[in-house]
Amino acid sequence: MDLLDTFFNVAVLRRSLPMLLDGLVLTLQLGAASIVAGLALGLIVALLGLYAVKPVRILMRLYIDIFRSIPLLVLLIVVYYALPFVGLRLTSFASAMAALTLVSGAYTAEIFRAGIQAIPHGQFEASAALGLNQRQTMVDVILPQAVRIVIPPLTNNSINVIKDTALASVVAMPDLLKQATQAQALTANPSPLIGAALIYLAFLWPLVLFVSYLERRYSKGRSA
Amino acid sequence: MSGYVSIRGLRKFYGTFQALHGIDLDIAKGEVVCIIGPSGSGKSTLIRCINRLEDFDPSGEIRVDGTAVVPGKALAKVRAEVGMVFQGFNLFPHLSVRDNVMLAPRRVRGTSRADAAKLADRLLTRVGIAEQADKFPQHLSGGQQQRVAIARALAMEPQVLLFDEPTSALDPEMVGEVLDVMKALAGTGVTMIVVTHEMGFARQVADRVIFMDGGEVIETGTPKQVLEHPTESRTRNFLGAVLNH
Repeated sequence: MDLLDTFFNVAVLRRSLPMLLDGLVLTLQLGAASIVAGLALGLIVALLGLYAVKPVRILMRLYIDIFRSIPLLVLLIVVYYALPFVGLRLTSFASAMAALTLVSGAYTAEIFRAGIQAIPHGQFEASAALGLNQRQTMVDVILPQAVRIVIPPLTNNSINVIKDTALASVVAMPDLLKQATQAQALTANPSPLIGAALIYLAFLWPLVLFVSYLERRYSKGRSA
Repeated sequence: MSGYVSIRGLRKFYGTFQALHGIDLDIAKGEVVCIIGPSGSGKSTLIRCINRLEDFDPSGEIRVDGTAVVPGKALAKVRAEVGMVFQGFNLFPHLSVRDNVMLAPRRVRGTSRADAAKLADRLLTRVGIAEQADKFPQHLSGGQQQRVAIARALAMEPQVLLFDEPTSALDPEMVGEVLDVMKALAGTGVTMIVVTHEMGFARQVADRVIFMDGGEVIETGTPKQVLEHPTESRTRNFLGAVLNH
């Protein structure tokens, strides 16, 4: 009974639910915005990294390697607490979105690069022989095939982005986790934290199952 | 006099390995030329240089209908006039058979969707697979896929068709249907340059047979001259090995 009152205190949960839902909305907004921006950034970086002139290719490689190496929490704190010293003051949402997008963009670029490189060379040759230019080859021939390959890893990356939004709470963004810790302080009861954990699970578990489904379907499509 | 396709001093290096040793070749409009030779002789490399899928040494020159095949706008023009059929078909797996044929006319020529569809259906009828137009390439047999690839190349109404071992990846029972389509094409006035191991096709259809070995043209002449009365010992050895197995 004690345990239930401590961790699943219904009264506390009910009282803190509006706060948690506010936080959830912000978490989903941050996650969605960062995923979309990261996808766009990643696609551009992947294409530049594959087809631009050499100095640009090297820059893209550097970007990808740096932002895959740096811990997201460190990057977030640098953006939020260090950049103001050079006059760049971002809101907590903007800081979190910038950090998440930069890191997600680096991973997404690697995923797109692998997807494009998995397309057989003959597809490029057939396109060239027909007189398609480079942009038409990409848009009409290569990317439609590459996207099918990269959907499972991209979905996986999107799950990671949503999970990592929780780090935004350290720059005082009132996301789901931040709201939960505040509700916990307010009510002197950890039930809001458990509630937040369950909400994360409720959103992400189906996505995890979806990735498994995509991967199964994709591997079947390959062998058939 | 230089030909419709004119090749002068064509050299190709892979690192330090020289794949083509200064090829000179003229091919007339409407001519059907078969290039034969052992694997590694440079025959595929040669035709891949004609639409510049392979870069070549700048000391040499290739012209198609007078236009030099150099990177840039001119290359786009040449590629629109020169169709290619590959050993491995290289159909677009995410597009239906009809869409495979329609893509280049729509994007490169700006043909309307309706006109491109009509063109595709006409060409698919011509290669004998009109009823497969809505299927995807992977649901077709190899012979059918290669016929789609020929229709796709024809959709650009090319003046020159390059065939890079078009039947080498096919099961034996499907070689005939592809060769039949190619024979029918040979009578239409399109210039055909065919890298092949099908000596029967070369004998029946070619205006000229070219034997290559070691990155050089060793012998060239009518099918009768090259296939039946070769003057070079390397040609005789190759034909002996091919015909007696």
